[in-house]
Amino acid sequence: MDTLITGVVDWFTVPLQFEFVQRALLVAVVAGVVCAVLSCWMTLVGWSLMGDAVSHAVLPGVVLSFLFGLPFAVGALVFGAGSVALIGVVNRTSRVKEDAVIGVVFTTMFALGLVLVSRVPSQTDLGHILFGNVLGVSDADIWQVLVLAAVVLAVVWFKHRDLTLYAFDPVHAHAVGINPRLLETLLLGLLSVTVVVALQAVGIILVVAMVIIPGATAYLLTDRFERMLAIAAAVAALAAVTGVYASFHLNVSTGGSIVLAQASAFTLAYLFSPRQGVLRRRRIRRPRPRAATAS
Amino acid sequence: MTAAIEVTGATVRYGDVLALDDVGLTVAPGRVCGLLGTNGSGKSTLFKTILGLVPAESGRVRILGHTGTAARRRGLLGYVPQAEQVDWAFPVRVRDVVMMGRYGHVGPRRRSRPADTRAVEHALARTHLTDLADRQIGALSGGQRKRAFVARAIAQEADVLLLDEPFAGVDKRSEATITELLLQLRDGGRTLLVSTHDLAQVPALCDEAVLLQRHVIARGSPEEVLRPETLMAAFGVRAQEEGSPWTP
Ligand SMILES: Nc1ncnc2c1ncn2[C@@H]1O[C@H](COP(=O)(O)OP(=O)(O)O)[C@@H](O)[C@H]1O
Ligand SMILES: [Mg+2]
Repeated sequence: MDTLITGVVDWFTVPLQFEFVQRALLVAVVAGVVCAVLSCWMTLVGWSLMGDAVSHAVLPGVVLSFLFGLPFAVGALVFGAGSVALIGVVNRTSRVKEDAVIGVVFTTMFALGLVLVSRVPSQTDLGHILFGNVLGVSDADIWQVLVLAAVVLAVVWFKHRDLTLYAFDPVHAHAVGINPRLLETLLLGLLSVTVVVALQAVGIILVVAMVIIPGATAYLLTDRFERMLAIAAAVAALAAVTGVYASFHLNVSTGGSIVLAQASAFTLAYLFSPRQGVLRRRRIRRPRPRAATAS
Repeated sequence: MTAAIEVTGATVRYGDVLALDDVGLTVAPGRVCGLLGTNGSGKSTLFKTILGLVPAESGRVRILGHTGTAARRRGLLGYVPQAEQVDWAFPVRVRDVVMMGRYGHVGPRRRSRPADTRAVEHALARTHLTDLADRQIGALSGGQRKRAFVARAIAQEADVLLLDEPFAGVDKRSEATITELLLQLRDGGRTLLVSTHDLAQVPALCDEAVLLQRHVIARGSPEEVLRPETLMAAFGVRAQEEGSPWTP
């Protein structure tokens, strides 16, 4: 018994002796929580594909930042926001449906990034950009994550009611003199910044998971928006910690572990949510005979 | 006297579809105007034109003498959407929806002050939703859902209310409740434009009516507009064949 307890305690404490694990935990939790907050609106507005698009479209920006020795966030933001604007323009000025426009723009940007990467001296960096390298983040990376995360959370704190209004009823927003286009732009801007924050934790390929899964999970568990935010943030923080530890002990991909941990939370909610879970609903629909006669 | 709603020469096209063709409409303050027309006749499009949501090819909108933008900024226009336009699974409570009516009155953070909370409570009471205020918006019956959005317009203190199909998906008893509520609002001095493709409540509710089929086919008192001859002239044999609600 004692050895079991020591084992469990060691499982948690040993990794913490390494500074790189502490830093990884910090980045993963901060990025996870920021993404989770935003994911609540993404889920409700139905912007999963947009999240996928923005995350892939930042690749050329990140590569160019490397080439010019700029902070990676600068290039990523330019290309993230630029792609969103491009999607908007093509969508408004052609008959092609929005999802197709999104598909065209983000794959084009991603391809451009891949081509540019061939010009970058070290190929190992590509792996880090695509799949994340949270166990090897530099001080500069940490600062970028913390500053951008603070910016996103501050804006959200100030504008969360407007964002929810936009998600629920943009026509009413317009009718009372609040510009829904401006709110849409704000939400897209927040998405771009958030994607950049999350890049460090899980890499370009998996960022979209971070801006969808926590919100989708929380949506299965509550009918109240404030609770949805809290649940999503809690799920993401827990998944970040679980993912980093799993990655350390099992020597597997950190980004992959974090997203798998989030996916496990979603699966549990999907199956067992008191109101929305498929298993619960089935039981309610077909009550067992004993339950039916009990009252 | 300044008209509450004045639309002149509104023409709206969606690509190749001509949705509104030179539509004119005038509603005096304190009146209920019924906007009648079959599905696809352009009722919702006219609402969107009045709200400034679709760019009209031509035409002019004035609300109590103001341009559309000025009217919206003053919060004069309250909008009760068609049921299909609302995400009923959205995680907001009835109270939250009604509070959104106050957003034009409060600061940029939309934080409610005690006066806003009082306005919301008042609107909930007037629509008999006080006991249901903490329910999620989708956990209401069809009629209660409509009343929740009317409550939002009351909390907004809008002078002109646009109601898109308030009787769709509502049972007979709720229809009467809604009609009574809307008449009370009119008696309080508000102006209402109410679209419907179901004519049952029109005589009881409307002071006047407009028959729309891409352009205005008839206007006048409900009795005039609802006369079988008018409806038949407007829709002819086709309406009968298609079994539309217009057939007398
Ligand atoms: N967003 C849109 N894009 C293209 N056509 C539309 C759009 N909205 C409405 N229409 C068309 O315009 C016409 C009027 O529609 P609508 O105003 O919704 O009528 P109603 O509300 O009376 O049912 C219909 O033919 C409809 O198909
Ligand atoms: Mg309609």
